[in-house]
Amino acid sequence: MSKATVELPPKGGFNFDLCRRNDMLTKNGVHAPSFLKTGTTIVGLVFQDGVVLGADTRATEGPIVADKNCEKIHYMAPNIYCCGAGTAADTENVTDMISSQLLLHRYATGRESRVVTALTLLKTHLFGYQGHVSAALVLGGVDITGPHLHTIYPHGSTDTLPFATMGSGSLAAMAIFESKYREGLTFNLVYCAFVEIPQRDEGVKLVTEAICSGIFNDLGSGSNVDVCVITKGKVEYLRNHQKPNPRTYISSKGFSFLKGQTEVLSTKVTLLEKPQQEEGVDKMEE
Amino acid sequence: MSITFSNNIEALIFISLFLTIVPWAEKIFEYNGSAIVAMVGKNCFAIASDRRLGVQLQTVATDFQRIYKIHDKLYIGLAGLATDAQTLHQRLVFRHNLYQLREERNMKPETFASLVSAVLYEKRFGPYFCQPVIAGLGEKDEPFICTMDSIGAKELAKDFVVGGTASESLYGACESMYKPNMEPEELFETISQALLASVDRDCLSGWGGHVIVVTPTEVTERKLKGRMD
Amino acid sequence: MGSRWSPYDNNGGTCVAIAGSDYCVIAADTRMSTGYSILTRDYSKICKLADKAVMASSGFQADVRALQKNLAAKHLAYQHQHNKQMSCPAMAHLLSNTLYYKRFFPYYSFNVLGGLDNEGKGCVFTYDAVGSYERVGYSTQGSGSSLIMPVLDNQLKSPSPLLLPAKDAVTPLSESDAVDLVKDVFASATERDIYTGDAVEIVVINAKGIRRESIDLRKD
Repeated sequence: MSKATVELPPKGGFNFDLCRRNDMLTKNGVHAPSFLKTGTTIVGLVFQDGVVLGADTRATEGPIVADKNCEKIHYMAPNIYCCGAGTAADTENVTDMISSQLLLHRYATGRESRVVTALTLLKTHLFGYQGHVSAALVLGGVDITGPHLHTIYPHGSTDTLPFATMGSGSLAAMAIFESKYREGLTFNLVYCAFVEIPQRDEGVKLVTEAICSGIFNDLGSGSNVDVCVITKGKVEYLRNHQKPNPRTYISSKGFSFLKGQTEVLSTKVTLLEKPQQEEGVDKMEE
Repeated sequence: MSITFSNNIEALIFISLFLTIVPWAEKIFEYNGSAIVAMVGKNCFAIASDRRLGVQLQTVATDFQRIYKIHDKLYIGLAGLATDAQTLHQRLVFRHNLYQLREERNMKPETFASLVSAVLYEKRFGPYFCQPVIAGLGEKDEPFICTMDSIGAKELAKDFVVGGTASESLYGACESMYKPNMEPEELFETISQALLASVDRDCLSGWGGHVIVVTPTEVTERKLKGRMD
Repeated sequence: MGSRWSPYDNNGGTCVAIAGSDYCVIAADTRMSTGYSILTRDYSKICKLADKAVMASSGFQADVRALQKNLAAKHLAYQHQHNKQMSCPAMAHLLSNTLYYKRFFPYYSFNVLGGLDNEGKGCVFTYDAVGSYERVGYSTQGSGSSLIMPVLDNQLKSPSPLLLPAKDAVTPLSESDAVDLVKDVFASATERDIYTGDAVEIVVINAKGIRRESIDLRKD
């Protein structure tokens, strides 16, 4: 009797079934398609009592803009967010996976997640894949030990910084930070009393300016500015905080097509039945 | 590394190599050719594709289906390598059937998009050469459209999404022709004109079109006449 | 394998030209870029070659400038010899020859030439990098051309060149409608092509002479 194998949904992890075939195709001179990239400017800075993260909203595929208003600031935990640059699928999935692990960790410990925990989980994941999971991240959050900002490179190395930029627009954004971020920043409260540290509004303004610098001077970045302000016990996600790039011209006549202008060979109309709403039955939880 | 040339002619030939057009067959998406577009209208959506199946420049079939129905109000178009598209479709139907058995309901478009994304990202290091375009009506009949790259990076849009070898042309055409809040009839004309205009500038897709317009009450499938070259 | 030095660069940019019954519209964006950087936001890709011939070029701007100077020199010699301005169709052929002359080390430039022909009708000539050219009713070249071409096809569909008797390729649009269409296609291309943007410069040639106008595009 032949063995019947039923393919069941996988339990997780990558699947390498097609690698051999795809390698063979590559050896025969057929190239794999390019992936969606976020050319990207992402930044973050620490201010007096929290962190501000910022990102542009353009996703590119080669020279073409694939998404004009995508979200690059990802949720990690209620008090931690993470900006992603690099291959879109990798940044999305890596942050999602680590976010789930953090949630489980919170369930197990009953404590608020710490930024270093997220940092360690992210870097071990990325280091494990030796740079093949190409995600460059700016991780920021506020936990019991105060505000924290880190950058994580695709190979798993990390930095801890008072202000950070990443992505193709990182130089443009860093130029703004380097010239306008005030020195002497520290978490030491006694020191803070003597040295001025940016306040919230100033922080948002500086981040917005840095992102705009990336948007206008780097072709890989564009469209709108997203900002996320994390302070102790509070998160403000300012989606499309600024929209500096509206469409400049819309045809005065517009394109209008007459009904029946397109030549149709055949038409098939299927009426859909109205679904019967069952009374008294509890809707199942999602 | 330095390169030396024995004479000028050799240098010129060397330099002219830069301009040699790379054989187009090298991209896997261009093996079969495809064009898919989805647009949102007022309480409705339309999804359209071309009908050509080719093997490189040779046309093999002119009535090829690239848009697959998942349920009455949810469709997925799969651009790219046809063999992978069909395999992927089978796996998606299988996963949707399992969901229906367990939950006794249809998937919401958002849920389905996440499923497709997960199925594709699982093969991050050996992907299916497919670019999905998903369009559906949600629980409250709100339209949803979405596309992904071949490793499942979701791209949600409020207006239109495109995929396939004619995607650049489609971006241009849709960007000019799309208007928000179109009624089903106008939506059909717009998506059809955008599709036909785009495939006529792409060697690898064409041979008419296949357009599905879905409203909360009815599904209208039309086959379009197009250039046959 | 190290990457070898290349004598060429691509500075992006998009050009469009539309011919009407008594006018010709030539347009190009003013962004010059390389890789992911913008070199300048205000660089004209449009060059007046003769009174009734205007060329818009995208590609490698160093080659484009060399080509423009070369054509200007040849046109000056022509004026001295014939004591008149070169006609647009003649300039079209000269451009073709100039490009083919460098067949094995080409000018990396993608040109459209627009103007008025000897009868005063609008004409557009479109080229590849080595001088193959064709007279058409409308054309687009450069980084955003694949986005713009289907829209022009849809709005200006010209009759097949194989038809007998031959039909005119010029578009039925009025001059103001053509300018409006050009502005719209550039705004559309700018939304999706990263190498197109900043501003679009539009040159209109008609019996009255040459008129220039410009509108802003997205700057990101």
